[in-house]
Amino acid sequence: MSNAADPPADDGRTRVITCAGTGCVSSGSLDVHDALADRIAELEDVDVALQGSETEADADVPTVGGADAHVSGCHGFCEEGPLVRIEPEGILYTGVTTDDVDDIVERTVRDGEVVEDLCYHSPDNGIYTREEDIPFYRGQRRIVLSNCGRIDPESIEDYEDENGYEALERAVTQMDPDEVWRAVKEAGLRGRGGAGFPTGLKWEFAAGQDADEKYVVANCDEGDPGAFMDRSLVEGDPHRLVEGMAIAGYATGASTGIVFIRAEYPLAVERIKKAIEDAQEAGYLGEDLFGQGFDFDLEVKKGAGAFVSGEETALIKSIEGKRGMPDPRPPYPVESGLWGQPTTINNVETLGNVPEIIRHGADWFAGVGAEDSPGTKTFAVTGDVQNTGLIEVPMGITLREAIYDVAGGVVGDEFKAVQIGGPSGGCLAEQHLDMPMTFDSLQEAGAMIGSGGLVVMDESTCMVEVARYFLSFTQEESCGKCPPCRIGTKRMLEILEKFTAGEATADDLERLEELSEYVADSSLCGLGKTAPTPVDTTLRYFRDEYEAHLEGECPAGECALGESAGGSSETGEASEPMEGVQ
Amino acid sequence: MAQAETRHTETAETVEVTIDDEAYEVAEDATVLEAAMEHGIDVPTLCHMEGLENTAACRLCLVETEEGGDPVAACSLPVEDGLTVETDTERLRRSRRNTLELLLSENCVDCLTCEQRGGCELADLAYEYDVDMDQYEGGGGRFEPMTDNPYFQLDHDRCILCGRCVQACDEVRHNSAIGFTGRGMETKVAPPLDRSLTETECKFCGQCVDSCPTGALTAKDRLGAGREEDLETTSTICTYCGVGCRIEFKHTDDEIVDASIVDDPDTAPANGDRMCVKGRFAWDFVNDDERLTQPLIREDGELREASWQEALDYTAERLQEIREEHGADAVAGLASATCTNEENYVYQKFMRAAFGTNNVDHCARLCHASTVAGLGRAFGSGAMTNSNQEIRDADAILITGSNTTEAHPVLGLEVQEAVENGADLILVDPREIEIADDADLHLRQTGGTDIAWVNGMLNVILEEGLVEEEFVAERTENFEALKETVADYPPEKVEEIAGVDAEKLREAARMYAEADRASILYAMGITQHSSGTDNVLALANLAMATGNVGKEAAGVNPLRGQNNVQGACDLGALPDVYPGYQAVDDPEINETFEAHWDADLPEEPGLTITEMIDAARFGTVKGMYVMGENPMVSDPHLRHVEEGLEELEFLVVQDIFVSETAELADVILPAKAFAEKEGTFTNTERRIQPLTKVVDAPGDAKEDWEIVGELAERFDYPMEYDSVHEITDEIAAVTPIYGGIVADRLDEQGLQWPCEDEDDPGTKFLYADEFNRENGLGEFHGVEYLDPDEIPDDEYPFRLSTGRMLYHFHTRTMTGRSRAIMEHVPDPYVELNPEDAEAYDIEDGERIAVASRRGEIEIPAFVTDRVPEGTIFIPFHFAESAANELTNPTLDPKSKIPELKVCAARIEKLD
Repeated sequence: MSNAADPPADDGRTRVITCAGTGCVSSGSLDVHDALADRIAELEDVDVALQGSETEADADVPTVGGADAHVSGCHGFCEEGPLVRIEPEGILYTGVTTDDVDDIVERTVRDGEVVEDLCYHSPDNGIYTREEDIPFYRGQRRIVLSNCGRIDPESIEDYEDENGYEALERAVTQMDPDEVWRAVKEAGLRGRGGAGFPTGLKWEFAAGQDADEKYVVANCDEGDPGAFMDRSLVEGDPHRLVEGMAIAGYATGASTGIVFIRAEYPLAVERIKKAIEDAQEAGYLGEDLFGQGFDFDLEVKKGAGAFVSGEETALIKSIEGKRGMPDPRPPYPVESGLWGQPTTINNVETLGNVPEIIRHGADWFAGVGAEDSPGTKTFAVTGDVQNTGLIEVPMGITLREAIYDVAGGVVGDEFKAVQIGGPSGGCLAEQHLDMPMTFDSLQEAGAMIGSGGLVVMDESTCMVEVARYFLSFTQEESCGKCPPCRIGTKRMLEILEKFTAGEATADDLERLEELSEYVADSSLCGLGKTAPTPVDTTLRYFRDEYEAHLEGECPAGECALGESAGGSSETGEASEPMEGVQ
Repeated sequence: MAQAETRHTETAETVEVTIDDEAYEVAEDATVLEAAMEHGIDVPTLCHMEGLENTAACRLCLVETEEGGDPVAACSLPVEDGLTVETDTERLRRSRRNTLELLLSENCVDCLTCEQRGGCELADLAYEYDVDMDQYEGGGGRFEPMTDNPYFQLDHDRCILCGRCVQACDEVRHNSAIGFTGRGMETKVAPPLDRSLTETECKFCGQCVDSCPTGALTAKDRLGAGREEDLETTSTICTYCGVGCRIEFKHTDDEIVDASIVDDPDTAPANGDRMCVKGRFAWDFVNDDERLTQPLIREDGELREASWQEALDYTAERLQEIREEHGADAVAGLASATCTNEENYVYQKFMRAAFGTNNVDHCARLCHASTVAGLGRAFGSGAMTNSNQEIRDADAILITGSNTTEAHPVLGLEVQEAVENGADLILVDPREIEIADDADLHLRQTGGTDIAWVNGMLNVILEEGLVEEEFVAERTENFEALKETVADYPPEKVEEIAGVDAEKLREAARMYAEADRASILYAMGITQHSSGTDNVLALANLAMATGNVGKEAAGVNPLRGQNNVQGACDLGALPDVYPGYQAVDDPEINETFEAHWDADLPEEPGLTITEMIDAARFGTVKGMYVMGENPMVSDPHLRHVEEGLEELEFLVVQDIFVSETAELADVILPAKAFAEKEGTFTNTERRIQPLTKVVDAPGDAKEDWEIVGELAERFDYPMEYDSVHEITDEIAAVTPIYGGIVADRLDEQGLQWPCEDEDDPGTKFLYADEFNRENGLGEFHGVEYLDPDEIPDDEYPFRLSTGRMLYHFHTRTMTGRSRAIMEHVPDPYVELNPEDAEAYDIEDGERIAVASRRGEIEIPAFVTDRVPEGTIFIPFHFAESAANELTNPTLDPKSKIPELKVCAARIEKLD
């Protein structure tokens, strides 16, 4: 694993870091952490006290001979959680329970020995001691997630130890605002929220607006089922977002930033709020930052849970306390957004890249990833793969590399398809496995990077059912404002239901295609425009399956039709192909 | 004095755009949709509506640009130089057809039984785009219709979610009584939490109903009453308050079935695209079965039908008898603030020229007599100095004694618009009325202490050097007297008298004085006091001292209560003046009118309303001719009114219903209602607006001027007019301020007086160059605070105030017969502070007794902190619990207005 961040200062202390990302927490990691902390404290007097803890600033942290128990954000290797990492050795223990605590403290912390049973065992029976050596991580390039899983997200000192807020200081004290947006522009950073709009260009527009008040908004309304990139980043490294937003504020001339975050992410809300408070106290937020006359502060607004509120104009309405419904553009939010003022809205991951660009320079960033899509991209990998979880890979790697090398390959039957970009993304087929993943190549194939969901499906998946499933999500999440999205998707869904019930006719297929094109063409906002993408791409790459349904057959035997016909499904499971989706 | 109306014409830059291969020059700030509409290019839309923001919701106005890509909504695409768009490609037609087919798949197509048939924008487009109605099986029937309010219903099956109603509520009404709820196919328009609208902040203005492009929102009175294609449309002026809204009626020959804002708001200068619940929903009294259709004569105590011939002969005979026996001044007459200018003119001419008395008055005596007197003294004439639509441009607004949002709802919206535009709002009112929510400062003075706080503001203005010296020096006189008087009113002293925090008073003084354009809006909270004239003079002082009069959007604005109370005053329905405020006791003027009217005219001013009632009680007035007034509810101390009217030898009442007053009459003459006649009304902003006949009158009802004319003939004084327009022109000939207002010139824009000749465009705001007093200067008057006639004591410990409410009007002759209004607000109430309620152990809704030295009524208590402790408030509309049984008839010596706003009262719990 190659990290952009420098390694932590080696003070000779052992850090026992339990993952407290939502995935690990839900499988009991906090109990593990508490038990580890207690055990370490118990042992303190006994044997290792002599090594002292003179450098320990935080008296609350139990120590054992220069050992501290910490929590961290998500490592991404959620399939194997709860995870415990031991530093500085970089040992990773997987599937840890409270029963394993004695072993870890006594054998590893005290005696410096590896507990092999707790190490990751790969399907081919490899045993991996160090996290970095695990194949899941080997293929990754962690820039945005470099601190996730390593630092304590609730400790501003931890972040500072990773050179945190250096980029902000450099920007504010050594650069003019236009140098900042120029750097981001030259780095080629594109929006990670879906459409891939050049971030530097957006900032340039915003900076050019003449207004008394401007805003920066971090869009953390991560609504795609199965997507948890933003959540993991905010939970695991909240100060990175704070720093990125402050830099954005400096570049665009905004003095107020708003983190718009789903109310369904209570842990992330808590962490970002604490990070903001700590940053205010440390002087990274507030008035006259670094004595340069730059004022910038942050507040948190919780979303009410509507998927469409991730759409920029609906998001603005939502922050204003109105129903989240999209508005036509122009005017664009950078011209007239929140409260009618110029507003720069960036995705969390986009902002997370910003400090790295300022620290390492535009050229460095432009050199990572693909030419038209520099940098890395995080993906939430789910479905029929070995290693479900959160990954960060360079742009431009192929689907095959991501699915097979990083995610450990397909479980179950042969690979059949991958839904990329969430419910509004597209379904790609085997022929795309060796296509490099960039914003543009995916768009060409009819899909999009979107927020970065990757749902891998094996041969037992009915593609009509997949289309139906994703469309049913967007259909219900339509804000209801425009007829193509509100009613068009409903009529499409009804046609798909006819397919899976074996009642569809050739006319239905024609109407489905017509509506699919029409809804994409005529809808008001991105939600409607992309809602037909799963239908459109499955029609493009798996048309034969639709045609088979016209004949009353489901080749995969998975949908309602397949089930009733006792189809060819080996598992014979009911029609919920997205079972693995979180 | 006349100030030419300067119309604000923006000369916007233009750009060239190409639409469907034609090049057009269009305004640079236009959208493509506006540009297309302007040039007659038909781009369909269902969500765009003038006056509302573009939402691009309906997706029908999509056009293609040269850039390619997805089509874009023309309504939200700004034009730019060189822009090229196509509006009618095959791709667009396909998209529109798909949109319409989808809408129709969810919408009922019960066109055969729909009120909107012939006016449905969805149906029109379905036809134009030749949609396939059988494309989908479709849905519909998802939601129960919303019918739980008395005024209108929402049939979700006819709703296309265009959002116009939601926007109208939000953007025009500054309310959010309705919004969208649910997601996906569960999306619908509804009040929050699906409550009944009657439980929300909805004021039932009907803006939402007007904005609906289909038959989804429909007035309940419209249901089953006619389809759009069967009905005619006529616009005329509303008969309720003085705002003078132009309303569009849908009607058959003899029945009104619906009302709405006019299609083109530019043709409604007084109200634009706004209306209130009364104008929109309370017109049904016109159709009422109880309308008078025949003259009635009382015989042996019973009323019987009579012919016009008989009724008029009898009336003339009786009045002549009285005149012969007791002289002309033994008869008195009340003209009407709801009748037209022409009718009031003819009426007072009849009383003066045909009958020979100046005993003519009308209910303006009870509302703005003190305005006419006060502003007359200070400025030279008593009317709003500014226009309705100037309110929104003020930088500061001082509202006092006006419950604007309820009594003048459309002006209330103007005030809210001003606040949205950044104006400071100062409210001085004892009650926490609705507009208090928008106020920057709310000073809750003790009722009846207005001179104290106004003088206090002036004290601060002088003290802090906020006087507009140049204006005072050049445009006014007698400033020294003012200085002397207000020196005695330091804020701390005012705090003691009026209960207004001294610091807040200072703040208010600064806020008002420092604004570039400050406007005062006031109504009966100022005028209906024994110090009414002085109250008005005090406000005039305030405006002059700060130079806030004589300019656009700044001035002194008495809000007139009745649709034509301004006109009735203007046209001489007052005992001391001829039309145009020309004094009857000025020999020169008197001679002029004798010449005009070819008659000997009395030279002494006549009696005012309250004096008439007293004279009747004491037997000096023996006959009365009442045209369209109802003193039996509107006047103070009703027991006295009744005594007086019963004492009369002869009472003739001309009205549209048997009012409480008509019940005492010897003869009742059936008149036509506003929607049945022509003529003009003068609204509160001095705008003379023409009426258009909408429906035929019931039975034998006649226009008031015809009735008066036929009566005049019986007095050998022929007043024959071929049409009402002849009267309009005669008014112009004898009334200098109406000199240029002839029938031929009047269109929907109307004309604002003063308008001296036919080349005069009328006057948007008064006194631009000089005041209307003889020397052209405004005059300051040092006025001192005096206690009201009655102040609370041990026996009567409460301050009783009276006033209006939103849903009813005056004596309820009209609103009391409106089905929807009566379903919604059938009962009177007395507002009582919770502390007082607790002290008297009274619960909300409990019936209690309220008494003053003059009478006692029973009335349900409305426990609310709208009123301060120690004050109670009763709307005066309800005859059954008539506030005016209690009110004090003590008069302002200068204007003879009674002190209706404050008297001492007590309350009692009933067993």
